[in-house]
Amino acid sequence: MNWTLALPEIVLALSGLAILVAGVLPRRDMTFPCTMMVLGAFLLAGAFVLAQPDGMAFAGQYIADAFARFMKVLVLAGAALALLLALDWNRAEGLSRFEYPVLVLFATLGMMVMISANDLMSLYLGLELLSLPLYVMAAFHRDNARSSEAGLKYFVLGALSSGLMLYGMSLVYGFAGTTNFAQLGQTLGGGAPISAGVVVGIVFIITGLCFKVAAVPFHMWTPDVYEGAPTSVVAYFATATKVGAIAAIVRVLSGPFGGAVDQWQQVIVLASIASMILGAFAAIGQTNIKRLMAYSWISHTGFVLMGLAVGTEAGLRGVLIYTPIYLMMSLGAFSVLVAMRRNGRAVENIQDLAGLGRTDPAMALGMAIFMFAMAGIPPLSGFFAKLYVLLPAVEAGFWLMAVVAVLSSVVSAYYYLRVVKVMYFDHPAGALDARTAGVSFVLAGTGLFTMFFFLMPAPLLAAARQAVAALIG
Amino acid sequence: MIAGLAFYFFAFILIASAVTVVTARNPVHSVIWLIAAFFNAAALFLIAGAEFLAMILVIVYVGAVAVLFLFVVMMLDVDFAQLREGVQRYAPIGAVVGGILFLELLLVLSVWRFAPDAAALRMAPMPEGITNTEAIGRILYTDHIYLFQISGLILLVAMIGAIVLTLRERPGTKRQDVATQIARTSTVAMARPELGEGIRREDILRPLPPPAKEAPKPVTHEGGHH
Repeated sequence: MNWTLALPEIVLALSGLAILVAGVLPRRDMTFPCTMMVLGAFLLAGAFVLAQPDGMAFAGQYIADAFARFMKVLVLAGAALALLLALDWNRAEGLSRFEYPVLVLFATLGMMVMISANDLMSLYLGLELLSLPLYVMAAFHRDNARSSEAGLKYFVLGALSSGLMLYGMSLVYGFAGTTNFAQLGQTLGGGAPISAGVVVGIVFIITGLCFKVAAVPFHMWTPDVYEGAPTSVVAYFATATKVGAIAAIVRVLSGPFGGAVDQWQQVIVLASIASMILGAFAAIGQTNIKRLMAYSWISHTGFVLMGLAVGTEAGLRGVLIYTPIYLMMSLGAFSVLVAMRRNGRAVENIQDLAGLGRTDPAMALGMAIFMFAMAGIPPLSGFFAKLYVLLPAVEAGFWLMAVVAVLSSVVSAYYYLRVVKVMYFDHPAGALDARTAGVSFVLAGTGLFTMFFFLMPAPLLAAARQAVAALIG
Repeated sequence: MIAGLAFYFFAFILIASAVTVVTARNPVHSVIWLIAAFFNAAALFLIAGAEFLAMILVIVYVGAVAVLFLFVVMMLDVDFAQLREGVQRYAPIGAVVGGILFLELLLVLSVWRFAPDAAALRMAPMPEGITNTEAIGRILYTDHIYLFQISGLILLVAMIGAIVLTLRERPGTKRQDVATQIARTSTVAMARPELGEGIRREDILRPLPPPAKEAPKPVTHEGGHH
């Protein structure tokens, strides 16, 4: 049984229940105390994650290894910082409700379950525990028609993709006879021909996962949901949940279906190329900065999938290096987006940033760093992220993918640099409101990481190597 | 022998009450006959040795679903006579479709048999020496406790979500204040309103107003604690 192995999840779940009670019982607004308690719970769970030994629990449904620890620390850090950003924004928008941090906590718990999944059933339940709070959070601004629309759209499409994925899982179970990842790996990796039913099942599962990471052609929901949902919620969507989704797709494709790599490789290659191209070109015409970030993520997802499609140890290591670097860049960019308020009202057009270089030089410098990093300009961290997925692709002979990656990177540099140009060379559109302490904290932390990653990349590289070793075994 | 007799006894009542559910004119009677059908189906499950299903049928279907039906039937003003208007006109075509489906079912059943290795493929064979309630409990709460608890959390999140998206704190919502209720000392008197005239405002007894401590302030709408 060995249930003590899952202590991080258990601790987080129990604190979630306790915080829920603590939020309901008093008759005053408990948003701030609840947020602080959730941050404390994340810290506690993070400590338990770091102290977690390797092993399996619950009859092989739960696995703890270096990969799970790596991803869980990222998820917890991303969720905590996004929650910090949300606190001030929600208060300013009148969305101050204690359920928000509780929903973030349960969504994060779902991601941890998903990351530690060693069975299709626990993977699916983790995914649902992640998705359900996200639907609610997208519609959190319930009196706003756009927010409700975002929630409804996300819910309908998310439920559809969950259904497709569940169907794929049932096919895999029916044709392979097991849902356990280790046994699936043995069955499919034995060299025996893989039955068509399993292949169809794998394709359906990939479809569901591609929806969650917003890879083309399952990306349609992303710009609409990003635009409609409250910015604080999008800051969580675009950072922590992406890490969880990447972890899930990496775990599933390299673990149980690693033996069927010939079957799914071309699917992932196609999704990767399509995502890079669409992300680069569709973002050019955007005026809303949240939509721009959505297309930016679609293009990043192409790079992540490129590392995965290569399938080698170096490629997976590239994915694991890409993830934290993206997390930091994206959190930083969203700290600026959250701070975009003028006269107490949230603004979200790129032109609203005009003249930021003169009105708030520190924030403009931070945003410029994140934009340069996302464009992949050395020596910022984003350059190394792209380098570490590009090199394995070239080495393994995926020339088409590598060329598309470089070209799309050049195209996407246009819209990242346009933001910088608007900030520094356009006429000021009036000063933004003073940024809050939480925003400054996140901005400084992520900015320093993105700027100076090249000085000390060794710890991250070593952690990523360990995680990949645990994954490939 | 006795089991056989009991089977036919319960099965007969089950079919009879099922027919009555469909034919009863009064929808409330339909629901009550439905409860009878559930109970007899539960008895059939007991005879078959599936006591867990029998319990679930009684607890879930009779205890929750049928009561819910009853509420719905009583609260919705559905004119069932109007719903039934076209029955005679539609009955023949319905019978034809039903007959076709029944024939197809017969065709399927006549050639249907177990796969020869189906029994060997069962992942969870019938355990020996324990009741099936205990066997299901072992699978649900011992082997799959992790998944079971996560499912519970998912349901909790759904509940929180429903409250977050729909609950609105309206001004003037009446809340029970337990402490005040218990601390109340004034005796409660019974009132006798005029028959056939309904309750007027004057008939509703209110708790005595708290002793005035200060001059009454003009009524404002700010800062009230509801």
